[in-house]
Amino acid sequence: MKRVFASLNEPELRRVVVSSLTLGAAVGVFALSFGVASVSAGASVWQTCALSLFVFTGASQFSAMSVVGAGGSLAAAFGGAVLLAARNFVYGLALSSSANSMAKSLPRRLFAAHFVIDETTALALGQESPRLRKVAFWTTGLGLFTFWNLGTLIGALAGSAIDPQKFGLDIAFPAAFIVMLMPHLRSKLGRQAAVLGGALCLVSISFLPVGVPILIAAMAVLVGVRGDN
Amino acid sequence: MITEAPANLWIMIIALAASAYLLKMFGLVVLGSRQLPKVFDRCLGLIPAALLSALVLKDTFSLGQSLVVDARVAGFAVAVVAAWRRAPLIVVVVLAATATALVRAV
Repeated sequence: MKRVFASLNEPELRRVVVSSLTLGAAVGVFALSFGVASVSAGASVWQTCALSLFVFTGASQFSAMSVVGAGGSLAAAFGGAVLLAARNFVYGLALSSSANSMAKSLPRRLFAAHFVIDETTALALGQESPRLRKVAFWTTGLGLFTFWNLGTLIGALAGSAIDPQKFGLDIAFPAAFIVMLMPHLRSKLGRQAAVLGGALCLVSISFLPVGVPILIAAMAVLVGVRGDN
Repeated sequence: MITEAPANLWIMIIALAASAYLLKMFGLVVLGSRQLPKVFDRCLGLIPAALLSALVLKDTFSLGQSLVVDARVAGFAVAVVAAWRRAPLIVVVVLAATATALVRAV
């Protein structure tokens, strides 16, 4: 940590640390809405906080509580959330070539694994030198973890103090999903997967158990089999 | 609203935490720098597009197993426009919740 502070004298490192922490603060706002929406869906404050502390991958947490809140089975909620977490496996693979410089010992690498998510991967892989990658990974990971969990706690406490229906908070989940979806619509394949996934979900809602249509929607990723962009 | 007992929800949370960790850990620690086949990579990358879109529609147009159109549609429309115009998340959520609450109030 001392070295991180000392490194702030170097402009390159300072740039990395500042962008990591800015991102962390922005993500904290996401966590606020997760906290509110999760308790509105019926989880306790403790359960909501446990999701952020131990699952620590946003889209999966949102998805799990969205399905549970709609009355879906826990198995369906779990299935959708695990599918959304699967991309972290790809991030782990992508980061593993720099893993030596990021975390030398095995225990430290096992600890680092908890922080392998969208943001840490993007910022770490965006750096040129191994040293900058290490700083980017850890400042983003630890900063984001702090903001994510603080935001969740505050959101959960606020959410349990008000009537979610009256304040229209049942729309907090879809609103957050829309924001998360936007970047994926930039590519043609992303748009095709989104349209097909949405359609599969809508047509199956009325005859499949709650939450299962989300799993059916995953079949839409097969548009990626033939496409090249 | 939630239909499961709180204890069962704890089991789901623990299972999800373990699975999420194993997925992260497998790529970083176990498999090392192996390359996935391109097709596999591409399909995994499309999961969020497919699932997030399904989640949006489910949360807006369904109640349990029935398709419904209610006050949430107003919030949905407002959220789409706000997100399209790159408003920050907090603005998108507040505008959408306000729209839904207003329609419900009248």
